[in-house]
Amino acid sequence: MKTVYLDNNATTRTAPEVVDAMLPFFSDLYGNASSMHRFGGQVGRHLARAREQVAALIGAHPAEIVFTSCGTESNNAAIMGTLYSYPAKRHIVTCRTEHPAVMNVGHHLQSRGYRVTELGVDGKGNLDLEELRAALCDDTALVSIMAANNETGVLFPVDRIAAITRERGIPFHTDAVQAVGKIPLNMAGNAIDLLSLSGHKLHAPKGIGALYIRKGTRFSPYMIGGHQEGGRRGGTENVPYIVGLGRAAELAADRLEDENTRVKELRDRLENQLLARIPNTLVNGNRERRLPNTTNLSFEYIEGESILMLLDEEGICASSGSACTSGSLQPSHVLRAMGVPFTAAHGSVRFSLSIYNDVADVDHVIHVMPSIIERIRDMSPFWKDFQAGKPMSSFFTGGDAEHHLHG
Amino acid sequence: MWDYSDKVKDHFLHPRNVGEVENPDAIGEVGSLACGDALRLTLKLDENQRIKEIKFQTFGCASAIASSSALTEIAKGKTLEEAEKISNQDLADFLGGLPEEKMHCSVMGKEALDAAIANFRGEKMVKGEFEIVCKCFGVTDREIERVARDNRLTTLEQVTDFTKAGGGCQACHPKIKEILAGLWQILPEEPAEKNLPGGKKLTNLQKIRLIEETLEREILPPIRSDGGDLELVDIDGNTIYVALRGNCSFCPQSQFTLKNFVEAKLREFVSSDLVVEEVKP
Repeated sequence: MKTVYLDNNATTRTAPEVVDAMLPFFSDLYGNASSMHRFGGQVGRHLARAREQVAALIGAHPAEIVFTSCGTESNNAAIMGTLYSYPAKRHIVTCRTEHPAVMNVGHHLQSRGYRVTELGVDGKGNLDLEELRAALCDDTALVSIMAANNETGVLFPVDRIAAITRERGIPFHTDAVQAVGKIPLNMAGNAIDLLSLSGHKLHAPKGIGALYIRKGTRFSPYMIGGHQEGGRRGGTENVPYIVGLGRAAELAADRLEDENTRVKELRDRLENQLLARIPNTLVNGNRERRLPNTTNLSFEYIEGESILMLLDEEGICASSGSACTSGSLQPSHVLRAMGVPFTAAHGSVRFSLSIYNDVADVDHVIHVMPSIIERIRDMSPFWKDFQAGKPMSSFFTGGDAEHHLHG
Repeated sequence: MWDYSDKVKDHFLHPRNVGEVENPDAIGEVGSLACGDALRLTLKLDENQRIKEIKFQTFGCASAIASSSALTEIAKGKTLEEAEKISNQDLADFLGGLPEEKMHCSVMGKEALDAAIANFRGEKMVKGEFEIVCKCFGVTDREIERVARDNRLTTLEQVTDFTKAGGGCQACHPKIKEILAGLWQILPEEPAEKNLPGGKKLTNLQKIRLIEETLEREILPPIRSDGGDLELVDIDGNTIYVALRGNCSFCPQSQFTLKNFVEAKLREFVSSDLVVEEVKP
């Protein structure tokens, strides 16, 4: 059975060109760039090249790029490194739809006595910039808002947020792990102070990330050790992976147009066809301002894990925000923050495409999805009641505990 | 990805007895759309009072569907007295085991069967016989006790895996621990107050600091993660005045949270004679 991989917001295939670029650094070129001999020293120029490639992808200066081990480390370093630099300030602002790599750092800080404001979003996943303005105060050390949401693909107006925070003299960090490589970013044309990116979301391998730190931004190292990365991140450089990330960044820059034309068309084809063929299907998130590769659909009255299991039987890889797949008992915090109704919150499926997908992949999903949804709905008491036009009186739908008892 | 047994996969991919029995003798409905799983069981008895026909409709994950399917296979042909004895563990065993976090699916099956039997006998749950412990998932003290006893559960995490109780806002965690303590005669944890050096009484300043620390460390993070917030307004003797913000300010369960979570935590970590009062805006 052919695998149709539509879960690229979870992780991507490492590009074969990236693997080729990395291999020599496991065998012949294993030296340490910090060494005083030529054998090690020669590695340094490959690191410099990778730094240029990553900087070029986001319109930054190479000196502004710090390599890390992953997106989560970049986020931790950005937040903690800023707080260390402003020891008197005890307030940070984030958003309720952040990835756990920012949100849980916020919760951790809360338990250490920091005040954290989590901004809400509307039904389409959009932030209210007035609410952001109102949340800022003299005690605010940092604003951290994602560039694109991993579940819905909704884009946040990071340029405008940066302008607002710059005016108040507050540093702004954006978790751009989902955005880098999918949409154009130009740090020369905005006021973002810190930006996190991750290799395995843009066809580099897992275990490599980077943090952009704008020149002049106050930053104390989070990972303390040697003088590597300009003293901003200790630890011997992970040379093969850094070279791989550099090559992936170069490829991503070349393929950005393909991503925003052909991949976007594939995504739209998939979304529109599923909406047309399957009743009671909703799009989660703002369709106008979204990553080109992501669609998040809710199929009402059914549960996401069963959908994924049947998709898996067809070789299709996707993900869901349902409670049963989130590892908790509640549906995704992103969909809850958006106020997606319970009829739909448990039945969400995210398809995220990449440049390696073609029309046959998408058409395979379009072909099998209606019968999968029908098969699960045929088992659902809520769907049966809905079809019969019965009010959902026999089952509790939220709020009133009397109708809903495990006795 | 869950590590489902082949039998779970088989009963999910090829569920037995899906649908609704026409003119059923009994209906059992449990769960809800909000909770993420629900089961409607309908059945018909033959002249010997044995289950002749039994069908299910389930909203839920693969293991919820497989558990429902397994339930119908086990129950078919049994008298109600025999069916009553089917335990959630029987369902899990039939399926070659379920992941621990999915045991609540087997519990849901057992409950639907119990509900159907009660429905046939014309029994109704009388108000006042139970208390809803977990407001997020509507789980009663009776269920927690019964499931904990049947499955010999001793920890809060196990209770959440088997009944979902405590898997949402976490306000009921102290109550669940209390139920477990009552059931297994485990002594509740020593209140923090007794652990103070030399059992000294707190000064006012120490008390205020401790209240603030407890709020920040224990109370606010879970409340804020649900979109709510709480502000400390004043402290007068042993009465703590707080104002509810964000989602809490219009949440119908906020009074419950205030007493059973905020007050309970403050009593646990600061002093057992504290009272929490809400200041309305």
